[in-house]
Amino acid sequence: MFNNPDLLKFIFGRLTLDSLPLHEPIILGTFAVVAMGGVAVFGAITYFRLWSYLWREWFTTVDHKRIGIMYMILGIVMLLRGFADALMMRMQQAIAFNGSEGFLPAHHYDQVFTAHGVIMIFFVAMPLVTGLMNYVVPLQIGARDVSFPFLNNFSFWMTTAGAVLVMMSLFVGEFARTGWLAYPPLSNLGYSPDAGVDYYIWALQVAGVGTLLSGVNLICTIVKLRAPGMTMMRMPVFTWTALCTNVLIVASFPVLTAVLALLSLDRYVGTDFFTNDFGGNPMMYVNLIWIWGHPEVYILILPAFGIFSEVTSTFSGKRLFGYTSMVYATVVITILSYLVWLHHFFTMGSGASVNSFFGITTMIISIPTGAKMFNWLFTMYRGRIRFELPMMWTMAFMLTFVIGGMTGVLLAVPPADFVLHNSLFLVAHFHNVIIGGVVFGIFAGIAYWFPKAFGFRLDPFWGKLSFWFWVVGFYFAFMPLYVLGLMGVTRRLRVFDDPSLQIWFVIAAVGALMVFLGIVCFLVQIAVSVLRREQLRDVTGDPWNARTLEWATSSPPPDYNFAFTPVVHDSDAWWDMKHRGYSRPLTGFKPIHMPSNTGTGVILAGLSTAFAVGMIWYMWWLAGLSFIALIAVAIGHTFNYHRDFHIPADTVVREENARTRLLGAGAKP
Amino acid sequence: MSAETHSGHVAHDDHGMAHGEITLSGYLTGFFLSVVLTAVPFYLVMSGVLGDKQVTALVVMAFAAVQIVVHMIYFLHMNTTSEGGWTMMALIFTVVMVVIAMTGSLWVMHHLNINMMPTHEMGRMQ
Repeated sequence: MFNNPDLLKFIFGRLTLDSLPLHEPIILGTFAVVAMGGVAVFGAITYFRLWSYLWREWFTTVDHKRIGIMYMILGIVMLLRGFADALMMRMQQAIAFNGSEGFLPAHHYDQVFTAHGVIMIFFVAMPLVTGLMNYVVPLQIGARDVSFPFLNNFSFWMTTAGAVLVMMSLFVGEFARTGWLAYPPLSNLGYSPDAGVDYYIWALQVAGVGTLLSGVNLICTIVKLRAPGMTMMRMPVFTWTALCTNVLIVASFPVLTAVLALLSLDRYVGTDFFTNDFGGNPMMYVNLIWIWGHPEVYILILPAFGIFSEVTSTFSGKRLFGYTSMVYATVVITILSYLVWLHHFFTMGSGASVNSFFGITTMIISIPTGAKMFNWLFTMYRGRIRFELPMMWTMAFMLTFVIGGMTGVLLAVPPADFVLHNSLFLVAHFHNVIIGGVVFGIFAGIAYWFPKAFGFRLDPFWGKLSFWFWVVGFYFAFMPLYVLGLMGVTRRLRVFDDPSLQIWFVIAAVGALMVFLGIVCFLVQIAVSVLRREQLRDVTGDPWNARTLEWATSSPPPDYNFAFTPVVHDSDAWWDMKHRGYSRPLTGFKPIHMPSNTGTGVILAGLSTAFAVGMIWYMWWLAGLSFIALIAVAIGHTFNYHRDFHIPADTVVREENARTRLLGAGAKP
Repeated sequence: MSAETHSGHVAHDDHGMAHGEITLSGYLTGFFLSVVLTAVPFYLVMSGVLGDKQVTALVVMAFAAVQIVVHMIYFLHMNTTSEGGWTMMALIFTVVMVVIAMTGSLWVMHHLNINMMPTHEMGRMQ
């Protein structure tokens, strides 16, 4: 049977033993470590008999809070992978001088920088941002869950399926060697004949379904499920930014889906959308992918702006300065983000009129962003600022992001861009805004909302250590890249001829190592906090004396979030309730209608992964079967009538009484 | 809200479509209009009465655009007040986005085309 090549080819498609990286010691070593870690985790779960618990309470959950936490875990796990890639690149560039080839062969190095970009954007930043929105938004608007709880679970598992595919490419076959946006003609079949670009395409398509659906879900939640009295202009700023971000997701991700579909047609059935012949044009791909790509960076930064707004007003003990202007700035950024995409390819040759238009629109974006910056500053002005961890991240953001913003305005000048295009100056710029904006924002958000999610604060000592390593490490890692970029060093280089450049790369590598320590400290911080949870316990549900509704309920919130839907009279609803002497209702609880858990999301995502693997390796039988199964399960799920239940009033009474006791105990000194 | 609905509205509201109500006559009107709007472009292409291909293509696209509006009104029951105005807002946003993406792409690629030497001429130079 194994001697029949036709049969083998039918079963395995183009997957052969040669596809396994048995000849690459670095990957084999990584595989050994990952496999050992995987076996250890698997064994531990089996030993402690946690599978059934995990399946019942987590994998199949439709609770937005648990799904939010799972998104965060996914993002943090993938951060480790993406950062490992970053460290490898920094090491390679620091040593590949004076005739040294470094330790990464070109074939491998190209995959590393592609995987780094793809993972950091799609599987780190997106899950972390989506996770925070998922957790916080329903609580902030006084809702019991999102509009479509099952869809939420499904979205999460589709995102995870995409991450699984990217991880799989590390050990089975290879990843794309094209850079994170896979520009043709390099990503066409002629120049990338192997499975790498197909991994890229299908990982993003599968994860894209999840992102798009969670966008629809959150828009619907914010529009439809706000507590009575919460008009649009009384929504917390984080909810506003979440709304705008999800509008951006829904409007832009279909463009990504379409352009990747066209690229797959080029690769699978030989169409010529993005080839150089037969009327195709690779620049059309660049144009389309940036119509998605530019809104994408605002998808990431807007929720971070929202987090900073919440943190600034909470830790300054003041109402946010210029709430209305903040909302309008967010909406204006949402619209403008669609008018600037060409600044990513000024050099393609569209000429002066096109470039001037997009250069000017790009510069205009700095106006609403600047307005936001001043709003935060004026919120802090004369406030009683508490320098807790979330506030420290916020202040580091304000300093760092302004630098990133200014280099961005520099790059928005087309003639300057012609010099700096594709240089390390650009790399430094976007890391400056993404780390200084999005990552700092996510860390601020984690430190801020962690006590809400788990009932105890994060340990401040390790948090501050992590903070300083991250911030200082960031400056060490990326300021040298600005210098190198101005000297004309282009991005994605593997070896260097000019020995005078080496010192800058060594400094950058030191910075990357500091960021590595920052990540280690962050993980230690979580471990230490879990161990010291009794000392760090918060029983009030409102550890920061905060202002918005999520702090009105217990920490962690009960499954149903609020026993009674709160009524809102002010944009800082919880602050207003506290100052009007609000007292928690203690009687009159009713049964609460809730959605039931379902395993369909896991199954659908598993089938999508199988479908993607079939498409990637040309195992057409697998692709066909799993696609049919996918449709069948999706239709079958519509006949599932056991989709809701009532939490009995007794249970609600028990939970609320427990909280009353805790609050009473906490009130004592 | 209901006062607005009864005063400032286009004709189809008077036929009981104001709140996205589903009526047989509404569907039949929509169906009839859709058939006409589909049949005419087919006739134009198959008979070639307009002569110029480019003009025909533009006319067909115009019919398609009208068809979209017919579907939105008669089949999706959209009007300015349905869902508290949110569908209208979403529609306006979508149209703005689509127009930006399409005209932008055409403009950008058109300028690129003018500035770049066409590939077939490059072939001829060799």
